Amino acid sequence: MSIKIALAGNPNSGKTTLFNAITGSNQFVGNWPGVTVEKKEGRLKWNKDIIITDLPGIYSLSPYTLEEVVSRNYILNNKPDVILNIIDGTNLERNLYLTTQLAELGIPVLIAVNMMDIVDKNGDEINIKQLSKNTGCEVVEISALKGAGIKEAADRAVEIAKENKKTIPAHSFSKEVERVLGEISNRIGDSVEDSQKRFYAVKLFERDEKIRDTAKDLPDVEKIIEDTEEKMDDDSESIITNERYNYISSIIGDCLKKKRNNSLSLSDKIDRIVTNRFLALPIFAVVMFVVYYISITTVGGIATDWANDGVFGDGWHLFGIGTSAYEEAYDNYETSEQIVSSHNEGLSQAKILDEDGNITDTIDITPESAKEAESIAEAGEPDPANYGVWVKGIPVIIESGLDAVHCADWLKSLILDGIVAGVGAVLGFVPQMFILFMFLAILESCGYMARIAFIMDRIFRKFGLSGKSFIPMLIGTGCGVPGIMASRTIENDRDRKMTIMTTTFIPCGAKLPIIALIAGALFNGAWWVAPSAYFVGIAAIICSGIILKKTKMFAGEPAPFVMELPSYHLPTVTNVLRSMWERGWSFIKKAGSIILLSTIFIWFTSNFGFVDGHIRMLDDLSSGILASIGNVISPIFAPLGWGDWKSSVAAITGLVAKENVVGTLGILFGFADVSENGTQIWGTLANSYTAAAAYSFLVFNLLCAPCFAAMGAIKREMNNTKWFFFAVGYQTIFAYVVSLCVYQIGSLFAGGSFGIGTVVAILLIVFFIYMLVRPYKEPSRLKDMPIKV
Amino acid sequence: MKTLKDTYPGENVKVVKINGTGAVKRRIMDMGITKGIEIFVRKVAPLGDPVEIKVRGYELSLRKADSELIAVEEI
Repeated sequence: MSIKIALAGNPNSGKTTLFNAITGSNQFVGNWPGVTVEKKEGRLKWNKDIIITDLPGIYSLSPYTLEEVVSRNYILNNKPDVILNIIDGTNLERNLYLTTQLAELGIPVLIAVNMMDIVDKNGDEINIKQLSKNTGCEVVEISALKGAGIKEAADRAVEIAKENKKTIPAHSFSKEVERVLGEISNRIGDSVEDSQKRFYAVKLFERDEKIRDTAKDLPDVEKIIEDTEEKMDDDSESIITNERYNYISSIIGDCLKKKRNNSLSLSDKIDRIVTNRFLALPIFAVVMFVVYYISITTVGGIATDWANDGVFGDGWHLFGIGTSAYEEAYDNYETSEQIVSSHNEGLSQAKILDEDGNITDTIDITPESAKEAESIAEAGEPDPANYGVWVKGIPVIIESGLDAVHCADWLKSLILDGIVAGVGAVLGFVPQMFILFMFLAILESCGYMARIAFIMDRIFRKFGLSGKSFIPMLIGTGCGVPGIMASRTIENDRDRKMTIMTTTFIPCGAKLPIIALIAGALFNGAWWVAPSAYFVGIAAIICSGIILKKTKMFAGEPAPFVMELPSYHLPTVTNVLRSMWERGWSFIKKAGSIILLSTIFIWFTSNFGFVDGHIRMLDDLSSGILASIGNVISPIFAPLGWGDWKSSVAAITGLVAKENVVGTLGILFGFADVSENGTQIWGTLANSYTAAAAYSFLVFNLLCAPCFAAMGAIKREMNNTKWFFFAVGYQTIFAYVVSLCVYQIGSLFAGGSFGIGTVVAILLIVFFIYMLVRPYKEPSRLKDMPIKV
Repeated sequence: MKTLKDTYPGENVKVVKINGTGAVKRRIMDMGITKGIEIFVRKVAPLGDPVEIKVRGYELSLRKADSELIAVEEI
């Protein structure tokens, strides 16, 4: 028979550290059914029959926050054999508040006083015996961080579970309240077990509707409640809360001997600087810059390039040995080729172009230099494998493997162009994500994350976001996938969902080529196009935040912002690494499936088509199924100004990866191999689009559903199909509406005629403004949250 | 009636009453801000909101909109 231990405690009480320490690697991380609150389960390291459930960090068992409801439901419905209540020894008073509620549940409770090392260091003394006597629970001392006493605590919990010694709460309230609770208890009669009678009496008194629904034949005690409320001049819920804290205040003196300490603690000193009026914002900017610089620009960028171009590309030089020699040889080869071709055209000067088609150098051609160049060019493109230690990329290895077994062409293409390319595009982000998650774990565990929310709250809460939303958005400028994953740090469910939905509005790195293409082709590379793309992204976030927080989807959940600012402490290496690994791995697992299927679909529809009534593989994208789909859906985009099938197909292939939009347009306009910003097709594009249409195309691709990798991340973070489709659907509709307005109004200003499209656009703008300014009231109750888990 | 919103950093005050209803009130009280408790106002965030207070030996951040619900008196 397995024993179930539930770990319960306040946030920042060291619960997760203890959980990791006693379960080792035997854990399962998921979400609680139906809600996006993390659920962790594991087995005791030294006894696999013991299942440990890490409940969300909570301050109370009120019916108002998702975490608290989830914890309550679990305890009431799944009846763990014992609750291991971790309390922070340095913050006994508030931590005991939850203990008084847990003790009433009729389940054995073992208190583990954590952070004893810090308590000792401060010179404080906790009287364990008194604490046990005053709470009715057994008490042990531990230090989860140092690993002290944790085995004893877990073993003791198991023993208590075996003895099944129900905890009888020792706390009592004032005479008047006790009398009322006793009366309610009597009225309850046999409806609930004796051990849960007090719990039900308290909950009935608090008018907790969710608990009322869990048992039959509960009496109507409204009259008693009203009388007491009048007598005590407060609502019943507050009376109970007051009574609990009053009891704790009355016993805390016996349990805790605090050493008088007037000097500032180290944590206070750090906080004085970090959240200082004048220094806070500069320090914040520096921290963000460092996180961004390392995880996106330098180390993370290098890691992503390595993963994308090396592991999932042709290959890479081990430890970079030979890279610079190869690059030099390659540049030399490229230059020589250009000299040769200029020489063949009879020119006396060669213009040297870089990959983007920009002139980097002009070289005078002499007979000698032409001859030398010719010999280098004739030698052919240098092979990176000849320089340093060359490791072949996965696609190369697979390709040679498939060739060796004479694999059919279509299957080879499916594996290489479909699966390996698609999954590789996603896995390429993994090294970068791991680096980012490491930073997030450090920021969280050292206590700075809470300060970020403190510093930025004022700005972000206006749009239904949290101060912590800043990090996902900042990271999102590099890549939306880790950006969305970074939203994990936001506790409030509503803020987190909002952040997930809006993060990808910020132009990520892969969208930059689209911006460059449109700016170059139609706006002469005007300076304002790129900044305007960011402006559109930020405006989209702000407007969406304001609109969405008033919708039904986001209503019905409370939004009190009362946040603990935990003491600063040094993060431990194991905790940081574990958190990094958990988040990274869960992305790989969950995002993998949807991305795999989607890329196969895109591969199939672009490479296959109907020829003479038979489905066949084609060399030409323009007659594939995807092109037909493009033809069918292109009228949808006509009001946006780019209703031709080529643009539609490009937008669809953008779902695999946004930079594909440029490549696909290149192919469809007849250039097999365009540079990153598509210089080759600028001319063609300028002839096909008006400026308004091009900008509308740009806006649509910036704001619509992101790439599959990011959608996978959204799916993973929402962990709910309905919310996933709501998010992606909202983004796409939002993008459509904005692009439509851009094109219609833009055309009007460019001298176009006033037509039905203009009317629709104006109506949409009016509706949009209405959605922005319509009155709205913050909800205060958690509704629609089922009691059954 | 003076509320927590009207206080300045460095002030010590005593809670007289918590106004409001439902989730916000319960949340404030769950965090230990109950009738009769002493609060030390530590600082205001750089952008003017929220405020940081010390109550029952730990630090808590509260929005001004929420702190307006907490009626206090000077000690």
